[in-house]
Amino acid sequence: MKSLMKNRLAWPVIALAALLLLNQIFRPDFLSLRMQDGHLYGSIIDIMRNGAPTILIALGMTLVIATRGIDLSVGAVVAIAGAASCAYIAASPEPASPVTAAMAVLIAVMAGLFLGLWNGFLVSTVGVQPIIATLVLMTAGRGIAQLITGGQIVSVSNDHYKSIGAGYLFTLPISILITAAVFVLAAVLTRRTALGTLVEAVGINPVASRLAGLRSRNIIWIVYVFSAVCAAIAGLMISSNVTAADANNAGLYIEMDAILAVVIGGTSLAGGRYTLAGTVIGAFIIQTLTTTVYTLGIPPEVTLVFKALVVITVCLLQAPKARNLLRSLKAAPKPGTKEKVAI
Amino acid sequence: MNEIVPVVEMTDIAIGFPGVKALDGVNFRLFQGEVHALMGENGAGKSTLIKALTGVYTIDSGTITVLGEHKQFPTPAASQAAGISTVYQEVNLCPNLTVEENVMLGREPRRRGSIDWKGVRSRTREVLAELHLNHVDPGSLLSSHSIAVQQLIAIARSVEINAKVLILDEPTSSLDADEVNQLFRVIRDLRDRGVAILFVSHFLEQVYEISDRMTVLRNGKLVGEYLTRDLSRMGLISKMIGKEMEALAELDQAPARTRARTDSEVTPFVEARGLGRKGSVSNVDLSIYPGEVVGLAGLLGAGRTEIARLLFGADKADEGSIRVKGVSQRIRSPRTAIDKRIGFCSEDRKEEGLIGDLSVRDNLMLAMQASKGWARRIPRRVQDELVAEYIATLDIRPANPDALIRNLSGGNQQKVLLARWLITSPELLILDEPTRGIDIGAKTQIQKLVNKLATEGMSILFISSELEEVLRLSDRVAVIKDREMVAEIKNDDVSVEDVMTVIAGGTQ
Amino acid sequence: MSSLSTLTPLTVKEPTPLRNRMRGGARYAPTLATLGLFIAMFAVGAGMYPSFLSGQVFLNLFIDNTFLIVLAVGMTFVILTGGIDLSVGAVVALSMMVSATLLQQGWNPATVIFLVLVIGGGLGLLMGLIIQYFDIQPFIVTLAGMFLARGLCYVISLDSIPVTEGFFTSVAQAQIPLSGDLFVSPGVLLALAIVAAAFFILHHTRFGRTVYAIGGNEHSAMLMGLPVTRTKVLVYALSGLCSAVAGVLFSFYSLSGYSLAAQGMELDAIAAVVIGGTLLTGGTGYVLGSVVGVLVLGIVQTFIAYDGTLSSWWTKIVIGGLLLVFILLQRLFARRTA
Repeated sequence: MKSLMKNRLAWPVIALAALLLLNQIFRPDFLSLRMQDGHLYGSIIDIMRNGAPTILIALGMTLVIATRGIDLSVGAVVAIAGAASCAYIAASPEPASPVTAAMAVLIAVMAGLFLGLWNGFLVSTVGVQPIIATLVLMTAGRGIAQLITGGQIVSVSNDHYKSIGAGYLFTLPISILITAAVFVLAAVLTRRTALGTLVEAVGINPVASRLAGLRSRNIIWIVYVFSAVCAAIAGLMISSNVTAADANNAGLYIEMDAILAVVIGGTSLAGGRYTLAGTVIGAFIIQTLTTTVYTLGIPPEVTLVFKALVVITVCLLQAPKARNLLRSLKAAPKPGTKEKVAI
Repeated sequence: MNEIVPVVEMTDIAIGFPGVKALDGVNFRLFQGEVHALMGENGAGKSTLIKALTGVYTIDSGTITVLGEHKQFPTPAASQAAGISTVYQEVNLCPNLTVEENVMLGREPRRRGSIDWKGVRSRTREVLAELHLNHVDPGSLLSSHSIAVQQLIAIARSVEINAKVLILDEPTSSLDADEVNQLFRVIRDLRDRGVAILFVSHFLEQVYEISDRMTVLRNGKLVGEYLTRDLSRMGLISKMIGKEMEALAELDQAPARTRARTDSEVTPFVEARGLGRKGSVSNVDLSIYPGEVVGLAGLLGAGRTEIARLLFGADKADEGSIRVKGVSQRIRSPRTAIDKRIGFCSEDRKEEGLIGDLSVRDNLMLAMQASKGWARRIPRRVQDELVAEYIATLDIRPANPDALIRNLSGGNQQKVLLARWLITSPELLILDEPTRGIDIGAKTQIQKLVNKLATEGMSILFISSELEEVLRLSDRVAVIKDREMVAEIKNDDVSVEDVMTVIAGGTQ
Repeated sequence: MSSLSTLTPLTVKEPTPLRNRMRGGARYAPTLATLGLFIAMFAVGAGMYPSFLSGQVFLNLFIDNTFLIVLAVGMTFVILTGGIDLSVGAVVALSMMVSATLLQQGWNPATVIFLVLVIGGGLGLLMGLIIQYFDIQPFIVTLAGMFLARGLCYVISLDSIPVTEGFFTSVAQAQIPLSGDLFVSPGVLLALAIVAAAFFILHHTRFGRTVYAIGGNEHSAMLMGLPVTRTKVLVYALSGLCSAVAGVLFSFYSLSGYSLAAQGMELDAIAAVVIGGTLLTGGTGYVLGSVVGVLVLGIVQTFIAYDGTLSSWWTKIVIGGLLLVFILLQRLFARRTA
């Protein structure tokens, strides 16, 4: 299993290393870190800080995808969480107090919890396909966020709140620490309990899991709640970083980045075995890619095209049909390996 | 009419899948105006042969001729163009479309690029009238009709294309007796009009009623072609199941085991009365006492697996009752069954048993972990002990708990699945074909284990296609035929022939 | 040979004709429900605001939503086969960007429109081929397509590009008078022509019936010898083509090209199709239903415009709510027939 994990992570790690190296070649100070005012600075830190929301959401997405699901609503949840917390702070009598900030965080997390329960309800109890179920919230969610903010960009000035996305602790940005904490929590939660194994069992073979007495309903519920709570925390980070809630643009396309991170990290969209570490590396690759585009002087607009090509390439490499094709090309002129019609 | 040239002749057909030879050197011929039954157990190659003929599978070697002409069927469309039409068990039509569309789909008459709906309707009416289905409204949705009528509509589609060959794959499995009679009348009409009909069914009586000739397959090989009237039911069954059980005769005799008490003073662990499910099995009365091994005998497809699934809650029963330890219970899901200390090893290891991408350890622990819930993970130390214990007792190889289960051999996979249930210490273990497709060594080990478990007081429902195996292990044998339980035999000196007679002859 | 005519008719048990007819009628039930919803909304609107009850308000629903109607037509084909196309909004934006840029450089409008249609159709075809031949889920392929199209927009320009070309501006300003002082735009006629063509294709050609058959049961469709692969690929090409047409119509409407245009329009299109009564699992639904679905979305917007107190974001919430209600109805429907 060790060697397998290594195998699964090998390609993402190599890709990330190559990207970092490329940057280092073009900008020799790229990998260097420096200390200033007790804060750590450097491109790597920037990548980690900018990538934090994506990593968070991708962690949640990983578990959802492992159960053969998908969560398209995370971007909308980001917007709602940011809107709810900022609106609360803006409306509170003491907009600068730490208690208000704490309440705002609590409200955002509760909102995530509730929205996750909603998605989980549609998927596990009502039995709607995940993509459709989460589409509902994706559609309505931004409207709800705008409803909360009253269509305005709600600015807040609360230093405690601001520190979530822009503050530093132990020389490191707090957002990185939060993300690391959630990663550790997720790893512990899935591997110290049986959740990870059961999630994989449901994703690999739902029929056999049912016959082994597994109640997949609860498992599915948990992963959607986790995904939405991760999105809510990401929403906190994004809004706190700019000290404002933008219901329209906060977390726009972040579901795509998250799915991309999961896929690049080596978790198959078909569900089953997942790797949280791979997802984190996948998210780093995406963030580094964005940075690289700047470093190389490529117009940043191209990033999206780049991402599209990467996602389709990775999907093709994961698709069994394409793999068979590659294999038969390698094992070249061997007759009799024709394809059977899949039934 | 030239009677010598078969409508379809398949010569030396071979089809292989990774690791399996599904068909090996099979010859098959079908003549005009006959009903020809294709016989064999599940996995004998019947459906593969049909799929080769209908263009769903391409053949690796061999030739197919239609009316003497060489043909290749790369797609279902090519086969249909050659006049071969198929009606499958699950009625392969589109439920969301109307009757007339299902009859004409892909061949609608057109006028200037537009479908001539009037033409579609009148042609459909004609065809339905030919099958005496005048009362079926061509404009009604297919899904508004019973399965029986849907099947007849599928046949109407074949009539519409003037099919020379009509393949009926298990057409009667979800029909009641009246519906079967009506289907048979249509089949005879078509036969009399010169259509060659290939009939596949698990129901022996129906095969004898409708077919003129039969071809028997076993393990992907041809056993022979016979006139139905020349082949007795006993003869047919022995040809279908073969004599391969002789290979097992050299195995150790099962150690003597004291019979479980089944008298009226003992409560059976499980007691099913009139258990059934629509379109599956009906009227099953079965009791299993503590420490007793009950065998289910019957041909594959007779309804054995269905009974097992009902007892385990994998399918919900819609009639009858189940008592566990004398208390009436509703078993709604596998989870309920497991809570009542019942375990079930499915015959379909790959689809219904293994979690292929997980390790031996995770697979072993799955049922126990599932019943504890996700939050209470079984401590690693306990896991290690249990896993080590069962790997050792069942001699699972490789003895590496972290190996992925899909990389194990069939026999070892089966042992892991058995261990998955043994860990939960069930009081009733349902074993569906636990020894199929595994090597002799593992087979013997599993048989011995069954004996040992029963001696220790576990109730076991043992299902196998190998009658000898069933007889060697069971205290009692329930005989299943045509989706009903037809007999229950106490296993005192019962021979394979005795059971085969019951299967062939109907009720005792 | 025994004659068939000597046999008595079969008496296989059948549901009564009445139940039969009801089941047949149930096919139209979701679409009729939507139509009823639309009429009710219109009536409520008329009750609340006297000026609501005018022919032009009704016609404006078409004028303001030509592009969405065309998108919904393409989406209907895709969803009928049981697939989904998330790329349509981005392809609309790309089409607008390409037209605006090329027109600015003085290209002939006919050439531009032709090129845009080729790009849209080609992109759809490409996605269809990947979905079909590599067996990758439609949503991920079209999601990548969405990325690609949106990214190409950014590559072309980040700024809004105005369209000042003569043909486009004259089409944009043209009004086709109907009786009285009612009028529609040329785009409406084009959109309705496309709806009519789609209706013809879906109900009167073998291709259209194959679309329905695939949605009903893809495996059966294949066993019946229907051209399943070709049809599924073409459906995505058709959706791409419709997106390109919608992009051109949107250009007529807005007289500009902007990278961020048509953001989230794929969701509107999907919502219109679902609200119009097409089952997301495929096989059941009508293109006319999708048009009614668009009208319902349009009237929601009109409502919010008329009511000064409601803000624009209510549109999204109401659409999401309607989508949810119709999805739940579909589940209920599916469970009952299962």
